[in-house]
Amino acid sequence: MTAVSTGIVLGAVDEIPPGEGRAYQVGGRTIAVFRLRSGALRAFPGVCPHAGGPLADAQTDENVLICPLHLNTWDLATGCSRSGQPDLEVVRVHEAEGQIMIQI
Amino acid sequence: MKRRLVLIGNGMAAARTVEEILERGGGDLFEITMFGDEPYGNYNRIMLSQVLSGEEDESGIFLNDLSWYEENGISLRAPVRITRIDRFAKLVYGDDGSSTPYDILVVATGSRSFVPPMQGIYREDGNLTPGVLGFRSIDDTREIVRLAGQHRRAVVIGGGLLGLEAARGLQSHGVQVEVLHAAGHLMNQQLDAPGGAILKSSIEALGITVRLNARAVALRGEHHVEAVQLDDGTEIEADLVVLAAGIRPNVDVAVTSGFTVERAIVVDDRMGTADDPDVFAVGECAQHRGEVYGLVAPIWEQARVLADHLTGARPDARYHGSRTTTKLKVAGVDVASMGITAPERDDDEFVVFSEPRRGVYKSVIIRDDRLIGATLIGDVKKAAFLIQAFDRGLALPEERVGLLFDLGATSAEPSVADLPDEVQVCNCNGVSKCTLVKTVQEGEKTVSGVMDKTKAGKGCGSCKSLVRQIVEWAAGDEVQADPAEHYYVPGIPLAKPELMSRIREQRLYSVSAVFAALAPGGNEDAKSKMGLTSLLRTMWPQDFVDERDGRFINDRVHANIQRDGTFSVVPQMKGGVTSVDQLRTIADVAEKYQVPMIKLTGGQRIDLLGIPKEDLPKVWADLDMPSGYAYGKSFRTVKTCVGSDFCRFGLGDSTALGVAIETRFQGIESPGKVKMAVSGCPRNCAESLVKDIGIVAVEGGRWEIYVGGAAGAHIRKGDLLTTVDTPEEVLTISGRFLQYYRENAKWLERTYAFVPRLGLDHIRAEMEKDAAGLDERMQQTVEGYRDPWKEGREPAVPGQFRTSLPLISLPQVPVRDGSTALGGRAGRSTTADPRLPIPEGR
Ligand code: SRM
Ligand SMILES: Cc1cc2nc3c(=O)[nH]c(=O)nc-3n(C[C@H](O)[C@H](O)[C@H](O)COP(=O)(O)OP(=O)(O)OC[C@H]3O[C@@H](n4cnc5c(N)ncnc54)[C@H](O)[C@@H]3O)c2cc1C
Ligand code: SF4
Ligand code: FES
Repeated sequence: MTAVSTGIVLGAVDEIPPGEGRAYQVGGRTIAVFRLRSGALRAFPGVCPHAGGPLADAQTDENVLICPLHLNTWDLATGCSRSGQPDLEVVRVHEAEGQIMIQI
Repeated sequence: MKRRLVLIGNGMAAARTVEEILERGGGDLFEITMFGDEPYGNYNRIMLSQVLSGEEDESGIFLNDLSWYEENGISLRAPVRITRIDRFAKLVYGDDGSSTPYDILVVATGSRSFVPPMQGIYREDGNLTPGVLGFRSIDDTREIVRLAGQHRRAVVIGGGLLGLEAARGLQSHGVQVEVLHAAGHLMNQQLDAPGGAILKSSIEALGITVRLNARAVALRGEHHVEAVQLDDGTEIEADLVVLAAGIRPNVDVAVTSGFTVERAIVVDDRMGTADDPDVFAVGECAQHRGEVYGLVAPIWEQARVLADHLTGARPDARYHGSRTTTKLKVAGVDVASMGITAPERDDDEFVVFSEPRRGVYKSVIIRDDRLIGATLIGDVKKAAFLIQAFDRGLALPEERVGLLFDLGATSAEPSVADLPDEVQVCNCNGVSKCTLVKTVQEGEKTVSGVMDKTKAGKGCGSCKSLVRQIVEWAAGDEVQADPAEHYYVPGIPLAKPELMSRIREQRLYSVSAVFAALAPGGNEDAKSKMGLTSLLRTMWPQDFVDERDGRFINDRVHANIQRDGTFSVVPQMKGGVTSVDQLRTIADVAEKYQVPMIKLTGGQRIDLLGIPKEDLPKVWADLDMPSGYAYGKSFRTVKTCVGSDFCRFGLGDSTALGVAIETRFQGIESPGKVKMAVSGCPRNCAESLVKDIGIVAVEGGRWEIYVGGAAGAHIRKGDLLTTVDTPEEVLTISGRFLQYYRENAKWLERTYAFVPRLGLDHIRAEMEKDAAGLDERMQQTVEGYRDPWKEGREPAVPGQFRTSLPLISLPQVPVRDGSTALGGRAGRSTTADPRLPIPEGR
């Protein structure tokens, strides 16, 4: 059975090397998409709520992302801050036939 | 059914009360809701002073993050301000239009900065004049930091604890600070006049101006504050005014809701309000037996009593008031004080020692053989003992001078074993000796573990050494070093030597292979990736499998990320020596890419700042110079002086040697940055004594090699490793040391920590033992070096140089081209033309 999905296609999953993140411009917003080493995708707004850092440049593992500027961390599953910063909005993202698809 | 417990306020008192309630099993009794009008979780307000001074990062002061509320089923409603309590309907109303029912209500609204009545302090719309700020919350602190970056002259109104901490914090941002204090001496609440005078000179020695008997009556400045006016007509220019003239309890809600309020909300010994058996108050908004406290220690006691009551754990618990002790948190100026400041009765004993030249002042006041007041300035070694004598009424030594000084063997200072069980060791978080001991007995045998569990030492930090002593004493032989302290990276439970041998045995060539083989559960850990990448590169110069996600962003794009998400480019300029061609190329590139700022660095080269990520490959191609590695945990630069070629004192060719060293070690990865310098004579114009490796030419054609020096966050004079006869030997020995450091230092451990940790003799011996091996491994590394800018012009992975920035908000860093930087204004810190005479009054 093929899954039917709706949403906005950002580009091919291969555009993001494993374990890294990339930023995409969607309408007026920047969305940071991460491709975890397990293959899972995660997406958040691209601008760090702490001081505007570029989140797509973050380092990640399976659980957290670390902003490159002041090393605050957020939970990748819930967007909750682990260091006393505002939480991140979780953007729904999944892979469909090799493409990154988000819903906002 | 659970009862509904509502707290107004989400500050230190409210959070502590909830913690105490949870500890007593209150999670099963209550459904807890906390209202806070600050948009944050709960943080340690007393650390704001350290945040302002930059000693602590903002993220380090949170006590409970949002997950704590979630895990404990607490609903946090923030930012919501409660505007009214309806006692009869048992409802609280919020400024978001909500109404929330309660069964039990706790008011913990704290205080706000007192705004002294001054003409011109408010604008017509009722807000403070721009540039005037209180110092109470994270938001205040952020705003002060922001304004400090834009302004030059600050006035702090109030010379008490808070005012002095604010002044010191402001000063660390390069602002000129003047403290105005209405009384005749500083900290007059805690000190007597002679003590205050000594404190004043210590504060002034820091470069802060202090004006006593100064009553500020008005502010000048329409759109922004310009000056403060005193009652004698003096005008003090200021573009930033911080109010630290006292605090006022937040009692508006209680007043309008019909509670008895005097200076604060009146409570009984159970912390209950006088008006309603279901409404309680704790913290700075509460008045108990006529006292309103402005410190945390009493609040912890209040929170315990209240929690005992609400949970029924100890229905007979009573709060009897607190004896308070204070400490000034200004680096370099130690002040501790407790009790009364001057003798009150004829037969009070008053012992004073004063040494103004050294800034030392000590006094104690004794009544009926009990300590009732003490002051220590400049030398607070006896503070721990005095605080305990004061709190507990300990017997005092016959020879009173023993209260002020350690008198050899006859010292009256009790060892930790003698301290009474109930003694409060951590005054910030209210942790007693017996709590520490109990935690140890329950199986926590590491100092850091006990600190995590009890929060001892996690406030202002001044009790850490006492906590350590107690834990070590309580655990006896079983005391364990915190294992994680010795892990090379947090995600893999191995120290560096074991980690290296496992990596070698199992032939692990990539970061993900290391996680899979050695991490608990095979789990990746983001915080460990960068350290592992560095280590693997050191161990396998040839076979390392490069996974780009193992690198920090700087190492992914070979440039240093800036505060606005752009990058800086520092080309290699060996030994600080350059040429017409290089300078011309740099100038052309800077022009072509409209580089916002061109700057000479402290490392003797040129920095092109503010380059967007997507331009990096083009900039490198046009520069056609190797990377200067100003971004990596790696070998950085060699600073040199002109040396024997030109300098009339030169004893050795420092420039040529510097260039040779930089050529050999360029770009080599290491656990921390490695900075070097070569000076042509002991005048040391290249500052070789404060470098990771520093070389100095001395008479007789010889070269001294210093290691472990530093002059950054930490200052240390390097240790003389050895003196050699030729430049070639300098290259060999430096390389051998560098390789030894690479293989043995902890991740991020600079040589200034590494050298004293292992000891120079040990390092010398080890270097000698494995000389050939170290030399060979260094040679391999040198040969394996590839310049990332030459190789990196084609993306190594897709989108390597794609921007991560929102396209709209650039640029945030102000553009300073040559004309503005050199002509009109020298940067943001000066608004006037720096070439003109300085206006009077500045
Ligand atoms: C560019 C430069 C300042 C300048 O304009 O002159 C600079 C800029 C930075 N320094 Fe530095 N340091 C610069 C010379 C120094 C020096 C002086 C020197 O190298 O002779 C020191 C003292 C020596 C030392 O390293 O101990 C110095 C001690 C530090 C430290 C404190 C290290 C320590 O452990 O004591 C840090 C923070 C760190 O490493 O964690 C730091 C960190 C930084 C960072 C990389 C902060 C960061 O992580 O982003 C700054 C990058 C700014 C940016 O946006 O690009 N910088 N920094 C200097 C570059 C020199 C070069 O050509 O390579
Ligand atoms: C810079 C600084 C340094 C300090 N240093 C020390 C020190 O070294 N040692 C020491 O013992 N003490 C120190 N203190 C004092 C200490 O921080 C306070 O005693 C303590 O925070 C008081 O706790 P509290 O809960 O009563 O008030 P707060 O911590 O102020 O908490 C009250 C909270 O309630 C909120 N609130 C108020 N009204 C409402 C409402 N109507 N609705 C919803 N929320 C509301 C407030 O916004 C605030 O978040 C320092 C204070 C400052 C500002
Ligand atoms: S360049 Fe160095 S000293 Fe200057 S702000 Fe950055 S880290 Fe601090
Ligand atoms: S900008 Fe992201 S942590 Fe500071």
